[in-house]
Amino acid sequence: MQVRRAMEDKLRAAFAPIRLDIVDDSHRHAGHGGARPEGETHFTVEIVSAAFAGQNRVTRQRAVYAALAQELETRVHALALTTLTPEEDAARR
Amino acid sequence: MSQNPVFDRITQEIQDNPVVLYMKGTPIFPQCGFSAAVVQVLSHLGVKFKGVDILTDPPLRDGIKQFSNWPTIPQLYVKGEFVGGCDIVREMFETGELQQMLTEKGVATASA
Repeated sequence: MQVRRAMEDKLRAAFAPIRLDIVDDSHRHAGHGGARPEGETHFTVEIVSAAFAGQNRVTRQRAVYAALAQELETRVHALALTTLTPEEDAARR
Repeated sequence: MSQNPVFDRITQEIQDNPVVLYMKGTPIFPQCGFSAAVVQVLSHLGVKFKGVDILTDPPLRDGIKQFSNWPTIPQLYVKGEFVGGCDIVREMFETGELQQMLTEKGVATASA
């Protein structure tokens, strides 16, 4: 849970999200490229934050990648990202 | 300015080819689920694209990440512009934005 916890702390600090879901998918990639026996290599992150308002998808994802640069460089092999503003999130429901 | 020699190659490649996908593996044999997903979307839309396998080219593998300021693969370029990775391509496909963008940029799609 260490990597997940570190990612959560960093994302909360950077984006003050109103919703943040981090799912560890590593078990689904066991034996694939980038997988490690100890897991915590593949994540799906959905983040809802007012900080994304007025930004396109590329800008939003770059901001998330920047916040998690250390994890991406050292440990995390894959990060599936959904970045939404509160309004976009509400519209999807 | 760009001191990485790979940057010139990338610049040339995305100028010469309307749609370029930097990916793991080839369009026929993708080596990663995320790359495969983008291939599937492009194929579904009937878009002709150039697939570039970064796994067989370590300098390119690092270079494309710096070039795009994007740490993950796959990466899609249309008419020289960075579109995004797997999540963005999928989202844009689902909302119809991808089809619209391709049409606006003059890229032929089968489903148009």
